[in-house]
Amino acid sequence: MARQTTSLRTYALTRLVLVIPMVLILLTLVFFLMRVAPGDPVSAALGGRLSPQALAERRHAAGYDKPILVQYVNYLGDVARGDFGHTITDNRPVTEVIVENGAATFELTTAAMMVAVVVGIVLGLIAGRLRDTPVDVGIRLFGIVIYAVPPFFLGFLAQLFFGQKLGWLPTSGRASPETQFLLSIHTHFFLIDSLIDGDWAAFKDCFLHLILPATTLGLIISGVLIRLVRVNVLQTLKGDYIEAARARGLGERSVVVRHAFKNALVPVVTVLGLQVALLLSGAVLTETTFNWPGIGFELVRYLNNRDYIAVQGIITFFALVVVVVSVLIDFVNAWIDPRVRY
Amino acid sequence: MSVQPTERRLFGAWNRTLEPIRDARGVPRWILWAGVVLTLFFIIMALTAPWISPYHFDQYKDAAGHRFPKQGHPSSEHLFGTNVQSTDVLSRVIFGAQTELKVVVLAVVVALAIGLPLGLVSGYFGGRLDRALVLVMDALFAFPYLLLAIVIAFLLADKFGQGVATAAIAIAAVYTPQYFRVVRNHVISVREEPYVEAARALGARPRTVITRYVFQNVIQSVPVIATLNAADAILTLAALGFLGYGIQPTEAAEWGYDSSRAISDAGAGIWWTGLYPGLAIVLLVTALTLLGEGLNDVLNPVLRRRRIEPVTLQASVGEAEVEM
Repeated sequence: MARQTTSLRTYALTRLVLVIPMVLILLTLVFFLMRVAPGDPVSAALGGRLSPQALAERRHAAGYDKPILVQYVNYLGDVARGDFGHTITDNRPVTEVIVENGAATFELTTAAMMVAVVVGIVLGLIAGRLRDTPVDVGIRLFGIVIYAVPPFFLGFLAQLFFGQKLGWLPTSGRASPETQFLLSIHTHFFLIDSLIDGDWAAFKDCFLHLILPATTLGLIISGVLIRLVRVNVLQTLKGDYIEAARARGLGERSVVVRHAFKNALVPVVTVLGLQVALLLSGAVLTETTFNWPGIGFELVRYLNNRDYIAVQGIITFFALVVVVVSVLIDFVNAWIDPRVRY
Repeated sequence: MSVQPTERRLFGAWNRTLEPIRDARGVPRWILWAGVVLTLFFIIMALTAPWISPYHFDQYKDAAGHRFPKQGHPSSEHLFGTNVQSTDVLSRVIFGAQTELKVVVLAVVVALAIGLPLGLVSGYFGGRLDRALVLVMDALFAFPYLLLAIVIAFLLADKFGQGVATAAIAIAAVYTPQYFRVVRNHVISVREEPYVEAARALGARPRTVITRYVFQNVIQSVPVIATLNAADAILTLAALGFLGYGIQPTEAAEWGYDSSRAISDAGAGIWWTGLYPGLAIVLLVTALTLLGEGLNDVLNPVLRRRRIEPVTLQASVGEAEVEM
């Protein structure tokens, strides 16, 4: 036992050390990609609106007249201190954008993940168990087709049907204007904030606003999960221990549920984490479709305003999220499956 | 002289490639054929667009100079209706097939042209170059693909305009790491195979070993990934178009852009402007996915279920399905 814990610790340390080059490469990539753009960030965002002299002053204040390598080192230093810069167009600290709008994105993606996990695991288990039956073919087809649906198309259909035709659910924003006005902000997570205040009407309003975007994004991600769970069930059902369980005379139900399904779900944990890229990309589209003021929605807005600093800050943040999640997954993986550590 | 040796080898390779497809039975066969038929449907639509489309994709007046209705309901003149810019939705859907296929083919070719050789060299020689390439590619791969595509499309737009080439390069940047990874990992597993070692022992140069023995082996996994990536690439292109970083509406018809204009129609109950481009995306992506999945089921020996033709001694012996 003692040996195992040391090896887990060693693994964790090695993995953490490996994060450094990964972060460096991502940051370098982000920085130089953003600097390939013609012109400096200040004139790109404000050019034509300020006098050349004022532009030069702002450039100097922000350090864009320095050599590019100096800017690069400064950028790395700023990120290390948790400073992502100030947006040029509306002069907000990017960290503020990340906290406020990031909460909206987090709320949306968490809810979407729940939808995806429930739909994906249930359908995947059923399909795997009933391999090659019409049910399996139907579920597989659903998985393939739902993966092929762009979030904005599913969102369009949802808005058309549940919003416009039936009039059941709101299709835009995080809350109705009056709720948003009256809600006192503690955490920027509207569902939690309304609970803290014990305001059930506000909670219901925010929850209703969340349903369509979260279901849209969640269903699309469930496609990947269905496939994965199904294949895992097929593989575990082939395992020797399944045959052994059958040979011991266990009932079919017990064999399938206790032996096969349980083992089939272990790899799902890791793959869930790998869906972060898909989730974040899908969130940008879902947020734009539903006017959900998340970080992806803001990113698109800043891109349209050519605010390079805001874009650079948000992209840097996304890159860090990806790295952190990938490390977490590897830890979980190593904890579940000792073979990974070697 | 009958058949040239090279010709025979090519022919043999071709036969060997097709054999599993002919042998496919049951669900994989059905999936494969559904994919082939649907994909062909879109390819034909793209190739014949100028002839089968009722109007041009950016046409908003008829021959007599009368402006088409704005957001007109589907009618006999406009089967799929007209959109907010008074253009014919059906024509834009048909011409859109052309745009999507053009961009995706270009993107896959570019990604392959970079990812395949890099993967081969990196996997075969290993060492410092390999480690560096893996780090960079992994970083690119970990990045949310859509953001990468947006940023690249955004940056290229200033220099090259928002056309097919810009979109294709942005998408290629997303998929190059995938080819690199698959090819590299495959090369590493093939590198130590006895026949490769034998070739080395016989004194074959690295170049020969890579092109003759390793490449031949690795190339087999490419059709499946390329098809599945093409499906993903359609989605990425549509997403770029939806966010306004794809192809300019004046350059070509693009389903994602049309979908973005349609979102505001949903509140007014106008369904035709968003439904048809959206369905076109879903159908084409599904077609390519089915094709890729079908190929994978059929070509991948791990998943393949082959029907063993029974040696019939008695007429009563049934066909047995054996899992391979």
